[in-house]
Amino acid sequence: MTNSVSEVSKSDVLFVTGSNTTENHPVIGSMMKRAVQDGAKLIVADPREIELAKYADVYLQIKPGTSIALANGLMHVILEEGLEDKDFIEKRTEDFDEVKEIVKEYTPEKVAEICDVNAEDVRKAARIFGEAERAAIYYCMGITQHSTGTESVMSISNLAMMTGNIGREGTGVNPLRGQNNVQGACDMGGLPNVYPGYQPVTVPEIAKKFEDAWGVELSKEAGLTLPEMMDNALRKDLKAMYIMGENPMVSDPDTAHIKKAIENLEFLVVQDIFLTETAELADVVLPAAAFAEKDGTFVNTERRVQRIRKAINPPGEAKYDWEIFVDLMNRLGYEEKLQSAEEIMEEISKVTPQYGGIDYQRIDGNGLQWPCPTKTHEGTKFLHGEKFARGLGLFKGIHYKPSAEVTDDEYPFIMTTGRVLYQYHTRTMTGKTEGLNNLMPESFIEINPVTAEQKNISDGDMIKVASRRGEIKVKAKVTDTIAEGVVFIPFHWAEGAANILTSGAVLDPYSKIPELKVSAVAIEKA
Amino acid sequence: MVTVTINGQKVEVAPETTVLEAAEKIGVKIPTFCHDPRLKPHGSCRICVVEVKGGGNLPTACVTPVWEGMEVETESHDVVVARKEILDLILADHPLECLTCERAGSCTLQDLCYQYEIEETSFDGERTNYPIDESNDFYYSDQNKCIKCGKCVMVCDQLQQTNAIGFIGRGFETHVGTPFELGLEHSTCVSCGNCVSVCPVDSLGPKKKVKYRSWEVDKVRTTCSYCGVGCQMDLLVKDNRVVEVQPAEGVNNRMLCVKGKFAFDFLSHPDRLKKPLVRKNGRLQEATWDEAYDVITGKIKEIKEAHGPSVFAGLTSARVSTEDNYMMQKFMRAAIGTNSVDHCARL
Repeated sequence: MTNSVSEVSKSDVLFVTGSNTTENHPVIGSMMKRAVQDGAKLIVADPREIELAKYADVYLQIKPGTSIALANGLMHVILEEGLEDKDFIEKRTEDFDEVKEIVKEYTPEKVAEICDVNAEDVRKAARIFGEAERAAIYYCMGITQHSTGTESVMSISNLAMMTGNIGREGTGVNPLRGQNNVQGACDMGGLPNVYPGYQPVTVPEIAKKFEDAWGVELSKEAGLTLPEMMDNALRKDLKAMYIMGENPMVSDPDTAHIKKAIENLEFLVVQDIFLTETAELADVVLPAAAFAEKDGTFVNTERRVQRIRKAINPPGEAKYDWEIFVDLMNRLGYEEKLQSAEEIMEEISKVTPQYGGIDYQRIDGNGLQWPCPTKTHEGTKFLHGEKFARGLGLFKGIHYKPSAEVTDDEYPFIMTTGRVLYQYHTRTMTGKTEGLNNLMPESFIEINPVTAEQKNISDGDMIKVASRRGEIKVKAKVTDTIAEGVVFIPFHWAEGAANILTSGAVLDPYSKIPELKVSAVAIEKA
Repeated sequence: MVTVTINGQKVEVAPETTVLEAAEKIGVKIPTFCHDPRLKPHGSCRICVVEVKGGGNLPTACVTPVWEGMEVETESHDVVVARKEILDLILADHPLECLTCERAGSCTLQDLCYQYEIEETSFDGERTNYPIDESNDFYYSDQNKCIKCGKCVMVCDQLQQTNAIGFIGRGFETHVGTPFELGLEHSTCVSCGNCVSVCPVDSLGPKKKVKYRSWEVDKVRTTCSYCGVGCQMDLLVKDNRVVEVQPAEGVNNRMLCVKGKFAFDFLSHPDRLKKPLVRKNGRLQEATWDEAYDVITGKIKEIKEAHGPSVFAGLTSARVSTEDNYMMQKFMRAAIGTNSVDHCARL
């Protein structure tokens, strides 16, 4: 997030898109509802009529994969009605004309047709957003899990910059991070092209810095992304994988493809707290300590580095994840002396500029929000305050492109995926809580009543859902919260797994994110 | 700023400050049942009454703003008499089951009855007899113990914004319930448990898998391990087992969701991996750490010798700690020699 969670209450307009906040970030979801009660206006754009839609001043039930067209349409109206922040555009940004030129053709009528919404609603939303003193955009995977995911983020960033809604309290472009420490994993260089602190592996001076810090020669070539790893494994160009705390057999697109790739490996190590679907395929499985069994930190969605503390002992012989790597490094001939989570954080702060001022004493109370470059720096509540990281904010004119996966006569419905309140990711943790399984026992497919009637489907029927990748059976949930022509399946369950149907073939060219939110499917009563 | 005198001690505070807040500032504790700084002030329980010099009645400290020259006594004779009366009235319809009550030791009513020496009620009247609502998977509602402070209703309405529960009936009949008395199971309740966390007595309580007394547990402050909000919470630990989770102050404003509050069973689940497993004859079998490490390092050396470091890849995790992530990428980059390390940020 460019801004902080507590700023939800400081905005006079919230634009929530591609985020089912009350189910996936429930505590922030309740803050949003509170903000609306206290007078903030709410715009929701989502293919599903989520709980927040009921609280919205404008709800746009957009067709999956059309967010760029909507953002362009909102900007079209804002410019047409002179609601842009001319001062901000002039002083803080560049290349505005590029966007101005492109959004010209995105009239509300044209956008209404692409997104399958009402043109007047596009105008109304644009006015609410454009007239706001402090408008904040909140988004999640509904924006990013598309073949145009990165461009979707760019287009909503255009919208924020055009209206001067960045770099101030209660504004911003705010991705809600879905996992407890996805921010920390990215910050620590859990990405193939960067070291900790997003320092590119391909820049010689940076590689040199890490070679000095770690005392070994390092590869100057960017590594493989997760989807590329799987493709390389299929071709047997990848021989060995080490997987920690991940379950790609359920979480990744096109399960059949992933299974084949993993089975092709010569050697697989999985380190986890349970024998997951992925661990079952491993050559060696290592037992790890869970969050309550170790010291360390998680970094939340607002970049706050916060402590976790050891409350209980790990079960049996399970070890800390970091401890296992230290053991293996020493056995492989790399002398690693780090002996505790706190010592590791000391090393992190030395090589990661954003973490320069972070240590366990300083974060003991309320954590610290990076960037926090020095020991006297108080952390950063919102980004881009005085200037953008690159100096001037760069506008990028983005045209709408249809999703890579298209419907046809054989696969006429768009399937979109997501999560539900009562389960979490691949259920490794939530599946062990009886109460949650009582409330949300099995996978389901949301189908519009009109579609259901055409297909002679009743609520509770078992439905065969087929895509170009595979086929599953799930229970029908007939509901008018989903539009005709669209169906929704949560991806949590290994039984009736949505990811058997999704595609990993077409990736976003920038971030390599798969197009998980759009798959063409056929449905019929099983 | 205005100057107020509380129990003879002077304190300077901002004009909008309440007597309760001013007292807190100088460490004077005024008892409360219904007060929560996150809620709109309502002053319904009356236990925080204080005496103000020159005033006729006893105002409630939680809603009364200070004024210049105000003189307050928080434990005067009249105040204590009033508090005793309030406790006496509450006990008139509250079962004295402290011996077996789950909240013994962490119950505000018990603490105040101890402080003001109220052993039992002096009233002899009708008592409520509600069936306990156990229909929610994670908590129960025992209206026979409710003291009508209203905190649960207000948290559900003002903070959680779910409005699953409300006050039903009037006078003696007043109790907390769901629309049409259909029970929690059939309400809009999302099982966040934020009502349970604020109940000062045992009217709303978590269904415990392990019995424990409040004085038997250690509290450990940590960060929730589910979504990216980073809610702060306390793990209550008894005999090396997490037995309850309570929300703490932080980004979450002392709120949690159903997963953070109630879904910690996985920690002590029998299926947790406890020993390394090594595949032998096609089957994963228990092994020692030394054996597992030998297989891993042997294979890494063998494959690296034959194909170089570029045929290795690692998936680090959005679920483990920052420190674990740092060590994983350092292991891949410094010890194996490849930048092929990624994780499920995109999923």
